Amino acid sequence: MSIQKIHVKTTINGRPEEFLTDPYVSLLDALREIVGLTGSKEGCLDGNCGACTVSINGKIVDSCLVLAAEVDGQNVETVEGMATAEGLHPLQQAFLEEAALQCGICTPGFLVAAKGLLDNEPDPSEERIRHWLAGNLCRCTGYDNIIKAVKKVAENS
Amino acid sequence: MVNVSDSKNYKVIGTNPIRHDGYDKVTGRAIYGADVKLPGLIWASIVRSPNAHAIIKNVDTSEAEKVEGVFAVMTGKDLPQQEDQFIDHGEGTENVAWSSENIMATKKVLYKGHAVAAVAAIDRYVADYAASKIKVEYDVLDAVTNVEDATKEGAPILLDSLVGDHLGKKVKNTNIASITRHEFGNPDKAFGEAENVVERTFTLQMVHQGYIEPHNATAHWDEEDRIKIWTSTQGAFPVRTSTAAILKLDVSRVKVTPLEIGGGFGGKISVYLEPVVSILSKKSGRPVKAVMERSSVFQGSGPAPGGTIIVKMGTDKDANIIAAETSIKLEAGGFPGSAVGAAVQCVFAAYDVSNTRIDAFDIVVNKPKSAAYRAPGSPQVAFATETVSDELARLHDMDPIDFRLQNAAKEGTRRADGVVFPKVGNVEVLEAAKKSDHWNSDLGTPAAGRVRGRGVASGYWFNVGLKSTVNLAVNSDGSVVLVEGSTDIGGTRTSISMQAAEILGIGVENFRPSVGDTETAGYADVTGGSRTTYATGFAAVKAAESLIEVLKDRCAIIWSLDKNEIDFEDGTFFASKDPELKFTFKELASNLDNTGGPAASSGSVDLESAGGAFGTHIVDVDVDPETGKTDVARYTVLQDVGTAIYPAYVRGQMAGGAVQGIGWALNEEYYMKEDGTQANVSYLDYRMPTALDLPNIETIIVEVPNPGHPFGVRGVGEVPICPPIGAIGNALHDALGKRFYDSPMKPGRILNVLGKISD
Amino acid sequence: MHPFAYAAPSTVKEAVEILTKHGEKARPMAGGTDLLVQIRGGKFDLDVVVDIKKIPELNKITNNNDGLEIGSAVPCYKLYDDNEITKIYPGLIDAATLIGGIQIQSRSGFGGNLCNATPSADGICPLIVHSAVANIEGESGSRSIPVEEFCTGPGSNALGKGEILVSLSIPNKGKSFGAAYERFIPRNEMDIAVAAVASSILVGADGKISEARIALASVGPTPIFAKKASNSLIGKEANEASFKEAAAIAKSECSPIEDMRGTIEQRKHLVEVITLRTLNQSLERIEG
Repeated sequence: MSIQKIHVKTTINGRPEEFLTDPYVSLLDALREIVGLTGSKEGCLDGNCGACTVSINGKIVDSCLVLAAEVDGQNVETVEGMATAEGLHPLQQAFLEEAALQCGICTPGFLVAAKGLLDNEPDPSEERIRHWLAGNLCRCTGYDNIIKAVKKVAENS
Repeated sequence: MVNVSDSKNYKVIGTNPIRHDGYDKVTGRAIYGADVKLPGLIWASIVRSPNAHAIIKNVDTSEAEKVEGVFAVMTGKDLPQQEDQFIDHGEGTENVAWSSENIMATKKVLYKGHAVAAVAAIDRYVADYAASKIKVEYDVLDAVTNVEDATKEGAPILLDSLVGDHLGKKVKNTNIASITRHEFGNPDKAFGEAENVVERTFTLQMVHQGYIEPHNATAHWDEEDRIKIWTSTQGAFPVRTSTAAILKLDVSRVKVTPLEIGGGFGGKISVYLEPVVSILSKKSGRPVKAVMERSSVFQGSGPAPGGTIIVKMGTDKDANIIAAETSIKLEAGGFPGSAVGAAVQCVFAAYDVSNTRIDAFDIVVNKPKSAAYRAPGSPQVAFATETVSDELARLHDMDPIDFRLQNAAKEGTRRADGVVFPKVGNVEVLEAAKKSDHWNSDLGTPAAGRVRGRGVASGYWFNVGLKSTVNLAVNSDGSVVLVEGSTDIGGTRTSISMQAAEILGIGVENFRPSVGDTETAGYADVTGGSRTTYATGFAAVKAAESLIEVLKDRCAIIWSLDKNEIDFEDGTFFASKDPELKFTFKELASNLDNTGGPAASSGSVDLESAGGAFGTHIVDVDVDPETGKTDVARYTVLQDVGTAIYPAYVRGQMAGGAVQGIGWALNEEYYMKEDGTQANVSYLDYRMPTALDLPNIETIIVEVPNPGHPFGVRGVGEVPICPPIGAIGNALHDALGKRFYDSPMKPGRILNVLGKISD
Repeated sequence: MHPFAYAAPSTVKEAVEILTKHGEKARPMAGGTDLLVQIRGGKFDLDVVVDIKKIPELNKITNNNDGLEIGSAVPCYKLYDDNEITKIYPGLIDAATLIGGIQIQSRSGFGGNLCNATPSADGICPLIVHSAVANIEGESGSRSIPVEEFCTGPGSNALGKGEILVSLSIPNKGKSFGAAYERFIPRNEMDIAVAAVASSILVGADGKISEARIALASVGPTPIFAKKASNSLIGKEANEASFKEAAAIAKSECSPIEDMRGTIEQRKHLVEVITLRTLNQSLERIEG
């Protein structure tokens, strides 16, 4: 299998990242296996669960359906970029306070997706939140506490 | 020993601290099984049967071996030969020979997705590519994919070695692995005397637990013939037991490290990948990781059985249920062992009936071998019983909750399989439902074009006790290290710590809980059966009580007193005769030098029984009679939790289980094609509820403390999946005037029942 | 999965060259949300995937009085985030907000949806009822065909070897034009349509329907332009009676199969129900 690798120069969570990848490798796999950021999770590999959600240039996407090669020159944000040395992102804090996670596997995807909503629409209705998050599956919580956590952050900002 | 107290003066219990593993989980730092990284790690890919039922004629791995980057290949023949033997892995027994065949087939494939070979290679893509080069020759046989077809005359027999136990008689050449009967009183006579008799036949389809994290396992078989395994599992010790048995090794040769787990619901108890990656590691000399694709999770793990259930109940003129009879046929999948035994315990549990008969059948079919799914067997039978109950209530013109109250099982009632109920909260939950805002509010107006209906149903799960160990050690700064072996799927390391904290009189933030591996934690049975907060919590209580005795000893040394002159109350140790001589827990912790070494303790339990629990759910549905589209407009979960240790997470279990039940009722099913294979092997067409498909789920906690636990805990995780299917069926009937006897109650079925279509 | 190479040309000419050179072994990729799943599932065995998102014309949106032109790589969100487009073409936005969830809509668009050519595609029927035209370029030059001629079978389209869809042109039919798309799915999002209908009507000054188009999804080997049902409306009043008649005819024009998403009768029944609903909604959009 000698196909030329792709040299990707990108920005991940605000920092420049550079790596070589086989062209058929997904962004999700590149993040997890090459860059070493395992926060984004694999759930289905066909865009139906949102566990792999990351943000590219401010738009949330399923990273399992993006080739690593495609983010050359783009701005990628993952769950690992949400907290800073100063502390958790308000959404992360709210998820903890509202018990918005049980097993936690869907949590990174939900956090990135919710951030994608609140960054553009600071005061969404509950209907809008549920619609926005319909692409993220949770099998443990029944979603209520997740919605509550997002609303809490929206109300406090 | 702390007795169950009526006082609610708990300091820690009943609060909602931030869970100890929370920060790692919201930042993406938590390591789940698929995140494991090891030097030299290589990847496995598994080859699975495309046929539902076939004889394996030949497996040719030669082309795969030539692919650059491949380290090793294996087939079922690489697993050791097994005789039929049963081992106890903590939530049931398994036949090792069949488990081994299920993990990788040697003679026959019994379902599409049945593993037949595997490859280990430098990365996942090469492994998948090499796996595609493995050629398997099959002699395809006819397949049967439901209990009726599997038991018809002339049906293909799945397992030649299966000797069925039919009411004690040994039967060969059968797909019925077992038939049991439980009978009390004289049901036939009672039915003859009944005023109203309702008998209905229900069908349900196979469903999957649907955890978002696929199965994974990493193994390294070293030069000393010791295997280290890293996996997302509901129990490291059961994995050790099973893997050692499959590989014919002593348990001490296998060390299992449980990583964080992304959901289990019963489906991550059996081993599928661990023996495979172990063999590949032995052959390649490298650590090997396998992660199941989603389609393999559906087709190669352990879904929950569908089946056919007949329920017949009869009432006298005063609406007392005087007879109840059922035939429960559940699909075991490719090998015996469906949840039918548990179904027997639950089917009539909510009712006090003197004359009962339960016939139960465990039937093999060409589908993946079924495994536990949250109260296994109970949701299926609850659908049937709760629908018939609703029909009878209406025949008597009674409020369905009143009908259930009149016939409610309580302490002292004999369950239809013979067990007598200890103190249980069935009546309390029903009364809370009757008083609830939901039950007493108007239906309200549905959206345009919809009709709305309301339904109620109950459910029961017996919960289990089993074995757990907790070890405590005191740090000099007053914090306590807590090591336990119950993998934490939903906040239990905190709920366990909270119980120890309550005993020790210190805040739970002082605890450093961790889930150990099989060489650092004391033995624990699975995180399942709703047992963790109950049993491992109990072990934590015992460990905390032991620790108090140890620390009292230390005080005696420090103050030169006799041990029985030391008291402990409210987190403070003091000399009974001189209360000025005292230490808080933290103070004592920093004064332990020269008192006899590090202060530590252990607590261990092996609990025969647990507090069974009941739940009642109320649901309003909005149906579009023109399309069959159904939305849940309002949903209330009421449940007896004994004592809510960690209320936010108790409510989380209630809501989460209810939502799984809603999905089961409305849309989830294994859609089988003519050739016996599953069509919907993706989350696209295996339709689980999204955030947009649900309203807020109201949760009402009822507490009837369990006398068998120091804080009155009852298991909470499984009960909530039992009522939804019946509740939704009853709500649809209220809306449309038609009954539903087949699940899922998907839109096409609703149109069919309404007579708008006939297919 | 057959390992493939990645190319990201910056002109249509380059893209056409690569596609022509590799024929069946190369495919263009816009959002990738269908293609990558198909490659991994073994549907395609490719030597190269051609990322077309770096080609400027394919990312352009032009909206003026004459109509709307959407580059074939434009993702859904760019349409529904545009207030003007949302106001003038609600029938297209119905579909843009339905394809997958938000994450999918960040990447997928009408162009890829059309080229993927499944009968259940959400984007194709709305394009048909808007009289959209597909603009194609290849080695032998450019050509345009009506969208209703684009799909030739389940998963196959009218593109020849080396040809690429460059853009979609949608005429602006003014204020007396109304269109709507509705699909039936068991959940509220994320599902593939069990059956779906797009309708559009143009009402003349005399209050009679002068143009009508009805297109059906998931009920045949390709999206179906229901010509009989559409024509039945011409010259009629835009009211319940004529809509009901058209809906009944639409039901007779579909040929669904039974599969894991629905049965034959269920789909036929839904076609009739949804045709009526979308015609009513199209009328409301004219009046509103």
